[in-house]
Amino acid sequence: MLSKRIIPCLDVDKGKVVKGVKFKELKDAGNPVELASLYSNEGADELVFLDISASLENRSTMVNLSKEVAKVIDIPFTVGGGIKSVEDAREILRNGADKISINTLAVKNPNSIKELSSEFGSQAVVVAIDAKFKSGSYEVFIYGGTLPTGIDVVTWAKEVETRGAGEILLTSIDRDGTKQGYDINLTKMVLDVVNIPVIASGGAGYPYHFLEVFRIGADAALAAGIFHRGEYRIKEIKEFLMKEGVQVRL
Amino acid sequence: MLVALVDTGVSNLTSLTNALSRLGASYEINSSKLLEANAIIIPGVGSYDAAAKKINLVRNFLLDAISKEIPILGICLGYQLLLESSEEGKEKGLGIFKGKAVKFSGVKVPHIGWNTLENLKEDKITEGIKENSYVYFVHSYYPLLEEDIALAKTTYGVSFASIAKKKTVYGFQFHPEKSGTVGLKLLENFLRLSK
Repeated sequence: MLSKRIIPCLDVDKGKVVKGVKFKELKDAGNPVELASLYSNEGADELVFLDISASLENRSTMVNLSKEVAKVIDIPFTVGGGIKSVEDAREILRNGADKISINTLAVKNPNSIKELSSEFGSQAVVVAIDAKFKSGSYEVFIYGGTLPTGIDVVTWAKEVETRGAGEILLTSIDRDGTKQGYDINLTKMVLDVVNIPVIASGGAGYPYHFLEVFRIGADAALAAGIFHRGEYRIKEIKEFLMKEGVQVRL
Repeated sequence: MLVALVDTGVSNLTSLTNALSRLGASYEINSSKLLEANAIIIPGVGSYDAAAKKINLVRNFLLDAISKEIPILGICLGYQLLLESSEEGKEKGLGIFKGKAVKFSGVKVPHIGWNTLENLKEDKITEGIKENSYVYFVHSYYPLLEEDIALAKTTYGVSFASIAKKKTVYGFQFHPEKSGTVGLKLLENFLRLSK
């Protein structure tokens, strides 16, 4: 049976992981390659790297990172943040990443989704949607959650599927970093309208939160702080989920 | 140990070559010396027709390799190229395995993620692999075989042959190079077939 996936997310700035990482096992807590290897050994099903520096050098940084990460792990990984063209994506994929994640590019140039999926296959194209609750519905934000677009999340989710996205990475800006749990309402609304896998993101603080979001049908759950801060290990969460009857890879 | 990789032009080979290096094997991509290799791997992610056109160019070499008992492994699309045809395209496959690739229906497509190997049959390739081990899948079409050559099955809406074997030719529908320690073990078992 297909298992539910748990995906640690690493925010990378100028080649270093940010968002306090506390692991005794690591010599350099900011080293993304070292952390990737640790999470992979601990049972992560996939990894996501998001470049948040948005600097001019970020493309070459992420290309190098892909190359280094691919050498040390043997699970799939996604790279996103600041991908501005099909060329950027090609470089990252050619250097070992399995998928690229686009957000701002997809909104500003929706044709890019089709271009990328015809070139690399839809399985390599993750469209990230950053959502914020606003008077009864959810609005799509771009540029790292700073710019509202006026686009409705549910409408956009359907559109990205039609345009060839292979997966949706759905982040609740409201919940991000709060430890209050995934936005179940938001996640369910999107799950109801698309037929591609949905990765829930934003708000995971306790193992129970993973259970909640898997029970409504999310295919994967992404989390950062809960793992980086060392509050729960991936294995602990998976053991809890297994006891609750969720299919996980242990 | 030399492994010849038959690149159909649309694959990302980095993970696979990294895995081969970890196992201490050297490799050549699109080598002209296909028949001098100890083993042959046909990787593949991408569209069926483009890959089928390319694989048919080396069809005779592959048939020679089979008669010389050089182990061949088709991975993901590479496995589907071993079949007679695919619903994904019009080109003919190699026809080494009887059957065709058909699209999943009634489930989320693509089938992405970790799924289990069930009904494992004893073979050198499955040595040390436990029933219900997880491996990583990414595909929209699955092999529908017309002969009983499955060494493992996987269920996603339907049950399909996730590992198939005929003579010294193997097909893996999942990506061993992305499947952690289980995947590496399967690749190691494959490499050990040649000697």
